[in-house]
Amino acid sequence: MTSKGIQTFQRHQGTVAPLDRANVDTDQIIPKQFLKSVKKTGFGVNLFDAWRFLDEGEIGKQERQENPDFVLNDSRYRNATILLARRNFGCGSSREHAVWALLQFGFRCVLAPSFADIFHNNCISNGLLPVVMDEVWIDQIFEDATQDEPLTMTVDLQEQRISYAGGNATHFSIDPKARRRLMEGMDEIALTLRHEEQVRSFEKEHRQRMPWLFSSTG
Amino acid sequence: MPRTLYDKIWDEHYVGTRDDGLDLLYVDRHLLHEVTSPQAFEGLTLASRKPWRLDANLATVDHSIPTSNRSSGVDGIEDSIAREQVIVLNENCKSFDIHYFNMHDHRQGIVHVVGPEQGATLPGMTIVCGDSHTSTHGAFGALAHGIGTTEVEHVLATQCLIQQKSSNMCVEIQGSLPPWCSAKDVVLALIRKIGTAGATGHTIEYCGEVVSKMSMEGRMTICNMSIEAGARAGLMGIDDTTIEYIEGRPFAPTGQLWHEAVDCWRTLNTDSDASFARRTTLDVTDMPPQVSWGTNPELVIDIDDAVPAPDDFADSAKAETVERALDYMDLTPGMRLADVALDTVFIGSCTNARIEDLRQAATIAKGRRVSQSIKYALVVPGSGLVKKQAENEGLHEIFMEAGFQWREPGCSMCLAMNNDKLLPGERCASTSNRNFEGRQGHLGRTHLVSPATAAASAIAGRLVDVREYIE
Ligand code: SF4
Repeated sequence: MTSKGIQTFQRHQGTVAPLDRANVDTDQIIPKQFLKSVKKTGFGVNLFDAWRFLDEGEIGKQERQENPDFVLNDSRYRNATILLARRNFGCGSSREHAVWALLQFGFRCVLAPSFADIFHNNCISNGLLPVVMDEVWIDQIFEDATQDEPLTMTVDLQEQRISYAGGNATHFSIDPKARRRLMEGMDEIALTLRHEEQVRSFEKEHRQRMPWLFSSTG
Repeated sequence: MPRTLYDKIWDEHYVGTRDDGLDLLYVDRHLLHEVTSPQAFEGLTLASRKPWRLDANLATVDHSIPTSNRSSGVDGIEDSIAREQVIVLNENCKSFDIHYFNMHDHRQGIVHVVGPEQGATLPGMTIVCGDSHTSTHGAFGALAHGIGTTEVEHVLATQCLIQQKSSNMCVEIQGSLPPWCSAKDVVLALIRKIGTAGATGHTIEYCGEVVSKMSMEGRMTICNMSIEAGARAGLMGIDDTTIEYIEGRPFAPTGQLWHEAVDCWRTLNTDSDASFARRTTLDVTDMPPQVSWGTNPELVIDIDDAVPAPDDFADSAKAETVERALDYMDLTPGMRLADVALDTVFIGSCTNARIEDLRQAATIAKGRRVSQSIKYALVVPGSGLVKKQAENEGLHEIFMEAGFQWREPGCSMCLAMNNDKLLPGERCASTSNRNFEGRQGHLGRTHLVSPATAAASAIAGRLVDVREYIE
């Protein structure tokens, strides 16, 4: 964590939970009834609510019926901190609550062949590492993560490398700017405001070129 | 060098590159609502920051408000957590001095209906909103991105969006649209063709004769669902239809400024020799009405097609998705959707709750009755002004005489954050944009359709080919 409370990511070791579904949308990650909260916290308990539980969830509901068939309720994966997923993970709504819920549940990293754009941005803003990997590798990890013993993996963002016991290791690529933001957990507003003068002078010229954008009052 | 519309808007708004290599894009319009803004305002307060430019912001309440019994106002919201969310937006707009249409304002409505209707959405603008369907505004030749809450706070504080330029993709819609097929059918057919991740990393520009002939309402419906194909944004060129729609709207420029603006907008269109990273075409001639059968917006078939089987797909991930979707939707391969009974019908959402959508639905509903087997059929106008216009035209009477419920504006059963929601197992024909599991209510089943198909299906009590309803 940085002084601003932003989660950072350097290197992490944890158990992998295999969520074998494509197109997991943010409505599944955190269903809409939990979006009524005006806070940034408290979403972890309702992560994947409609899949983790058999009964319908509401904010603050205590007695829940777990769905024994859902992967995160499997004793092997209860303490997992790395989520393994299929293509187009995080599609749908822009709700950042989805990323907050994953982090607050305990996930630090999601591995998938591809992510939806807005979700990917939201991950970077909050220190949840999205690792894009080749489908062949993802298939391999799925196989290794579904054995009797849970799979422990090390994800090293500094080295851009994942590795696990059995010796398997591979490099992953990530946009260097995203990598730096994740590693340093910077206050983005403060960084942009370092360019305050530049924004002001741009704004002035923009107003001269397109004055109608500044005249509207409704 | 020849440029696309996207390139031109980008160039016009590029502020500079930060020390860490990220680009800053100036934001002209920021739309806000109650669900994704409270944490952003809280962040500003904690850091003692103020909004950069007040007049760029416009807020309305839409996602979690009730669509009936509005007379007792905020106090009348039964759900205490939703009530707090509305109160927090009221307070934030007051303390930060943000232009706001509260739940009593006749201009209140779904944020993506309100912006264009007010003329707050203008060609050549950059627009953001903490909502993925911000892509809607691209119909005006505006670059419109859905953003997360951290970005909402960033835009409030700096008037800039941190961006990486996307690739250009051209979608040409050719042929001629058959009668009773609408923009909704077109966009469902497109997502069916390219898939839910078909445009990831790209800004789509739609073109072709079908788009040129289309009304602004239809164009908005198509741009709205760009996000369901994974696109960063959807865009359409600026023509007379665009300009006529905007003229005279409250936030639109007037007098000399109007003429200057129009001259500028006409120069923004894609240069004829500009190149796109990707191109795809869709021919809609003879296309039957489209309907989604599964749990994501690419699982779409023609209304008269059979429901597919997992084995129909060579790709194993897709086959598995199909298998899960069949199970969730309680359908079997080979069956006809026309044989499946519906429980409810929803006509509304930022995709299809504008005046033209309601007119199309009313044409079908006129003089007919909603089937006895339908528990309820809702018509939820996109804004207070759409509602008023519809009432002036007598559409509300047509709907109510047919047995539809006529509601107050809001998102309603599109995402079911208020009381309008499906019960477990219920099946709905819906004009909204997402058929994800539970989207319209826990274990609810959604079929995405056009307004005309929704109205016809309410009357039949099952999904039907709307063409059977035309005399
Ligand atoms: S109508 Fe539906 S999709 Fe549109 S803004 Fe509201 S909840 Fe989102």
